[in-house]
Amino acid sequence: MMQRMSRTTFAAAAALMLGFGPAVAGPAEDELVVNDEITITTVAPAAAHLEGHLDTVYSGWLFRTEDSRAMQKDDFENPMFIYVERGLEAWDMADGSEGKSCADCHGSIEEGMKGVRAKMPKVNAGGALWSMEDYINSCRTERMGAEAWKWNSGEMKDMTSAISLQSRGMPVDVAIDGPAAEFWQRGKDMYYTRYGQLELSCANCHEDNYGNNIRADHLSQGQTNGFPLYRLKDGAAVSIHQRFVGCVRDSRAETFAAGSQEFRELELYVASRGLGLQIEGVAVRP
Amino acid sequence: MANDVKPRVKVPKKASAGEVVTIKCLITHPMESGQRKDKDGNLIPRSIINRLTCDLGDQNVIDITLEPAVSTNPYFEFTAKVDASGEFKFTWYDDDGSVYEDVKAIEVA
Repeated sequence: MMQRMSRTTFAAAAALMLGFGPAVAGPAEDELVVNDEITITTVAPAAAHLEGHLDTVYSGWLFRTEDSRAMQKDDFENPMFIYVERGLEAWDMADGSEGKSCADCHGSIEEGMKGVRAKMPKVNAGGALWSMEDYINSCRTERMGAEAWKWNSGEMKDMTSAISLQSRGMPVDVAIDGPAAEFWQRGKDMYYTRYGQLELSCANCHEDNYGNNIRADHLSQGQTNGFPLYRLKDGAAVSIHQRFVGCVRDSRAETFAAGSQEFRELELYVASRGLGLQIEGVAVRP
Repeated sequence: MANDVKPRVKVPKKASAGEVVTIKCLITHPMESGQRKDKDGNLIPRSIINRLTCDLGDQNVIDITLEPAVSTNPYFEFTAKVDASGEFKFTWYDDDGSVYEDVKAIEVA
């Protein structure tokens, strides 16, 4: 114990002496303006339920390098727009035995899906907590007579990307009271539970140590307002649950599956930690 | 052979005479390197965009040779000096013989 403490102290002193600059410090001071038009809030006072845990919430965008941040400032450079374009095409395309497209019921995606992403995940009419993927698949199987898409399939990500874009710049607006309260509480319990051989909870990294580096990774608060997003490391779009799987796996635990009830509840709780931030539509992260 | 190939170009609509404008172009393409093997151990044949050219009127702006190490959805950004209104013509050449084109007009005031 003594040895560990002295090593930590030494590392802190060394960091001071070497003058580690913004590269390893907390969130960057930068403003997210997309296409020189849309200003997106990336810093906000934390929601009331986070009292004693966080004072301020920061978008993950602020923890990235200047180059990565720039990619999200211009839709042409944002690789997510390849997914968005495919999703927009799929919106108008009839599929399944009923010969219907999304547009046949919902009209234009711009109007029909405005604000939808900001409220996800949400308790449906039957009292179950659903993510956007669940709503999409419910439409496909019940209204269109089409096959459900796999949670992390290309088709699903195209569609969630196109739908998420319609809420860009809108505040995160998940309901955590009423019928959502019990799901939210379970999600919160999960957030503070240590998992895996490394015995890490979400909070250990994303609440206690955001701004610090865990090896080469610059830890953010783990906000989900940018999802689905393009991960440069994967060279592909990543869903919220996919990222959860990655994090839990990195704690050397057996992970829950994408689309599992546990991850829906965690998704709700983590989304509520981003209350005050805005939907980034489709973000870019390293 | 490659499916879902779609070029995209971003050029300013207007510029002043002699201005240096930034041009961005992207094409969705798998850029299969020819080095990978499928699960049976057979080589997956190379299928890449091997050349990209950009011309302004009858003048060449850039002529790029792409190699197999260039990754999926190749993106290029470069600049060009424009003296008069005209059309930028972009041409991508695929290994399979396909040629993809896009044209963007620019107005010089």
